[in-house]
Parts: sequence; C-alpha cells; structure tokens
Amino acid sequence: MRPVSVAAVSLIVARDLQKRFGDFTAVAGIDLEVQPGEAFGFLGPNGAGKSSTMRMIGCVSPRTGGELSVLGLDPETHGPAIRARLGVVPQEDTLDVDLSVHDNLIVYGRYFDLPRSLLKERAAELLDFVQLSDRANDTVEPLSGGMKRRLVIARALVNEPELVMLDEPTTGLDPQARHLVWDRLYRLKADGATLVLTTHYMDEAEQLCDRLVVMDQGRIVAEGTPRGLIEAHCTREVLELRVADADRSGAEDVLATIDQRVEDLPDRTLVYADDGDALLAHLHGVGLRHETALVRRSSLEDVFLQLTGRTLVES
Amino acid sequence: MTTTSSGVLRVAEYRYATYKRLWQGSFVSTVINPILFLLAFGVGLGSLVDERTAESLEGVAYLSFVAPAMLATSAMFTGVNESSYAVLGGVKWVPTTHAQVATPITPAQACLGHLLWMVARVAMSVVAFYAVIVVAGATESWWVIAAVPVAVLTGTAFAACLQAWSVGRTTDTSFPNISRFVILPMFLFSGAFFPSEQLPDGVEWVKVLTPIWHGVELCRSLSLGTATLPGAALHLAVLAAFALVGAALGVHEYRKRLST
Repeated sequence: MRPVSVAAVSLIVARDLQKRFGDFTAVAGIDLEVQPGEAFGFLGPNGAGKSSTMRMIGCVSPRTGGELSVLGLDPETHGPAIRARLGVVPQEDTLDVDLSVHDNLIVYGRYFDLPRSLLKERAAELLDFVQLSDRANDTVEPLSGGMKRRLVIARALVNEPELVMLDEPTTGLDPQARHLVWDRLYRLKADGATLVLTTHYMDEAEQLCDRLVVMDQGRIVAEGTPRGLIEAHCTREVLELRVADADRSGAEDVLATIDQRVEDLPDRTLVYADDGDALLAHLHGVGLRHETALVRRSSLEDVFLQLTGRTLVES
Repeated sequence: MTTTSSGVLRVAEYRYATYKRLWQGSFVSTVINPILFLLAFGVGLGSLVDERTAESLEGVAYLSFVAPAMLATSAMFTGVNESSYAVLGGVKWVPTTHAQVATPITPAQACLGHLLWMVARVAMSVVAFYAVIVVAGATESWWVIAAVPVAVLTGTAFAACLQAWSVGRTTDTSFPNISRFVILPMFLFSGAFFPSEQLPDGVEWVKVLTPIWHGVELCRSLSLGTATLPGAALHLAVLAAFALVGAALGVHEYRKRLST
C-alpha cells in the first residue's frame, strides 16, 4: 500500500497562520494539524487568539498571513463549500429567540439547502440527542443558558458535519449544565466525530481533548495530550498553601530552603512536588506555619502557569 | 452546495418564518395606519381644500391628489422600518445574521436575502394601501395599477440605502435622528400634500435629489392618467439607481461587518 501523506488525511492544516487587525496581532503565526476522529483543543486565557483561529478555520474571517487548509480546501477560495461541511457552535448564542426550538433547527438547516422533510426528521433526532424534545414547540427566549447551548450544539449537527467547531462551549454555564453539555460532547466523540474546541477551563480540556495546544498572546506555547503536557511541564502533585499575613515572611524563608518550584499567587502559594504529602511533612518539620494546606493532582492550569506565569481565568 | 440565488431565498425564508410568528402587530400598522392617514388628509383636510380651489391640484379632488402620493410615502415608511433595527439587530442584539454566515450562506446572500424580504414587506403594505384607495374611489385612471410596482421600487430604494447604513452601526442612536431629520422632512416636502412647485424657488431643486419625490410624482401621474413616457422613465431610472447603489453598498458593508 502506498503511504498516504499527512496533509491528505488531516482535516485542518495550518502553517504559520496569522491574523492581524491593523496594528493588533491576534494570531502570530501558528502551526497545527487535526486528524479525523480527534478531539482537539485550544486552551488559553481570553485574548490568546483562540477565537480568531476558530473564525479563520470556520471560514468567516480571512487570514492575513500563512497557509490554511480545512477539509483539504483553502478557506479563501472555497469558504461556502467548506462551511457546508462544518458544524459551528459560536461563543455567543446566535439563536433566534422569537422562533421555537424546532423552527430554529429547520431555519438553520435550510441554509444548507436541505429539504424540509429531511430536516423535520433530523430535528426530532437531534432534539432527542440534546434532551430538548419536550421543549420543541417552545420559543427559545425563556430557555436556560444550558438549554440554549445544547440547542446550538444540535443546530451545529443539522448538516451532519465532518468537523464540529465549538468556541468555549460551556463558558457561562453552571456546573450542572456544563456536565450535561460535556456528556453530549463525549457521546459525539465516542461516535467518531472530529471536535475542535476552545476553552479556558483546564478541566474541560482534560475531559474532552485527546490532544491540545496551549495558546498565549497569539502563539502556541505547548502542544500534546493533556497528560503528556502535565508530565512534561509539571510535577505529579501540587501543594496549595494559604498563609496568614503575619506568618508570610517566615513561610517565605522556609520555602526558600527547598528545591521545589514555588509560585506565589495573590490568594495562595503553590509548591510543585511529586509527593505532596511528604513535602508537607518536611515543611512542617522545618517550622512552616500556614492556615490551610491541600495536596492535589497537578492540572493544565499549572502547566499554563508554568509556561506563562499567569493563571488561565484571571479574576 | 447552495447556489447564489437559493442562498438569497433561504435568508428571505428565515425572515418570513419570524414574520409568521409576529405578524399581527405589523399587519395592523400596515393596513390601519394608511387608512387613518387617508381619512385625516384626504377626507378631513380635503373637504377644506376642495371648498376653496382645486385649480392648483391639476383639477382633481384633494383625495385623488393625495392618495396615490401616499402610496409612495407609505412604501417609504415600510422600507425604512424594515431596514433599521431589524438589520442592526441581526448583527448585534439577536445575531442571527452571524449564524447565517457560519453556514454556506455568504455575506452578500445574507444582505440580498434580507433585502428581498423587505421588498416583500413593502409589497404587502403597498397592495393593502392600493386596495384602500381603489375602494375609496381615489383613483382617476386604470394606469394606477402601474403605481403598485413603482411604489414598491420607492420603498426598496429606501430599504436598500438604509440597510447599508444600519448593518455597519455599533449602536441604534442614529435611527431616531434619521427618522426626524431625513425621512420626516422628505415626507412633508415630497409634494405628497401640496404641489412641490409651491416650494420656495431657491430650494425646489432639492426635491429632484430625493427618491421620494420621484416616487410621489410617478405614482400620482399614473393614478391621474397624466404620466408621460420620458417623465416616467426618468423617475424610474432615479429610483432604480438608488435601489441598486444601496444594494451594492449593502453587500460591501455586510462583507465588512461579517467577514473580519
């Protein structure tokens, strides 16, 4: 068998992809490839360039430099043809709030020139999939944020897309609604869909993404699997300490005596260690005084902090 | 894949879907408002005017003078109403136009599809108003039937130009001012209520630059049976130019707003 070149099977290929708005550089030259069946994530804080990248891949924003191929086609010349095969969940809900749940799906499906009879069948299936069948004839306006999000996800699937793009799919949702969305996305993934998503929640990236890139200020600063990134850039565990103001200088002196990396955040101090409990016992032994101490597994949040010196969700 | 024309139709179809849900309010204003205007000006004011003189009104009753002109002005108002808040809303408050361009629909199709729907809305209001003035006996010639497409073109000229303006705005603050300082003066001085020759000589020429004057003149001359071919051709050319330039600007502005 002849080997198939990577470019031929990759759904997305970007080389030195750039997006500038006047003097402002949103995306400063990134390289990436997304394979079929993969769940690929962009992790980064607001303003990292995630949404600009998504809009370029979604063929609604022309690139200002570099190369981009989506589904083997160039967005610059084949925008409508590519968009016909994409499912897009935008960051902001773009539903028509005056129309019913069901009609939102029909109207959207018509943009793909699909016949009404087919759309009626698909709408019923999709509403079942996102657990909104009982709200089919209600207008969208009174639905909760989580329900609207699920409806947008159903809408993105109406054309049976080859690639589903989700821009911050759970931002602004309460934990329960978020888990319901994750559950649906997990099912999509299990069914073999290719997902590309952005998030600034590390738990979302860990749960959903097979592979991800960490973006900061328009650049990719790291790439890998969630576990691989944590192993490469972080220790196995993290010790979180809260220290009273009166004990602060004493604590700093104690922490200066150990080899482990220490990160001072406004509200807490992080100490990186492969064995957090052993480290804590050692610190107690050398006289550390603190209010609370918590040993947890390290996360992508820690990777991001390590790479950029900043937290993902800035308060 | 969606063809150019089918994409335009799909967007218009969406507008129809929303209209079907909320039609009652606009239906009342479409039919009741012109009747009220016609009663107030045509019958109320008309009884006063007709008692004095009809000489300056080409020898016809005031109702026959004012009714076909208001066919054009009501088309203008429908065009203006449909092309301001609804257009900005689609890219701002309820960003359904953004949703469209994430699909095979292009910004140009989103623009022209919405414009097509506005033309349909203008046509609905024109036909309703036309029925009222025919029943009221306010027409003098069978040619008045040709005033229907002319009025639709008048409304389209306004809709296309204002749509191009609206889609690029970040706030709606300009809309009331456009109504007050552009549309209302045009309405009052379009020659709908008094012959435009009575405007002061120094400013009379301005009327030629406004699409509404061309719409009013042509609709009235068709209704009175006084239209001439060269005059009609000129009026139509000006109205069509406003509509086409407006649509071209609209496509440009939609691309600018939606494809950044």
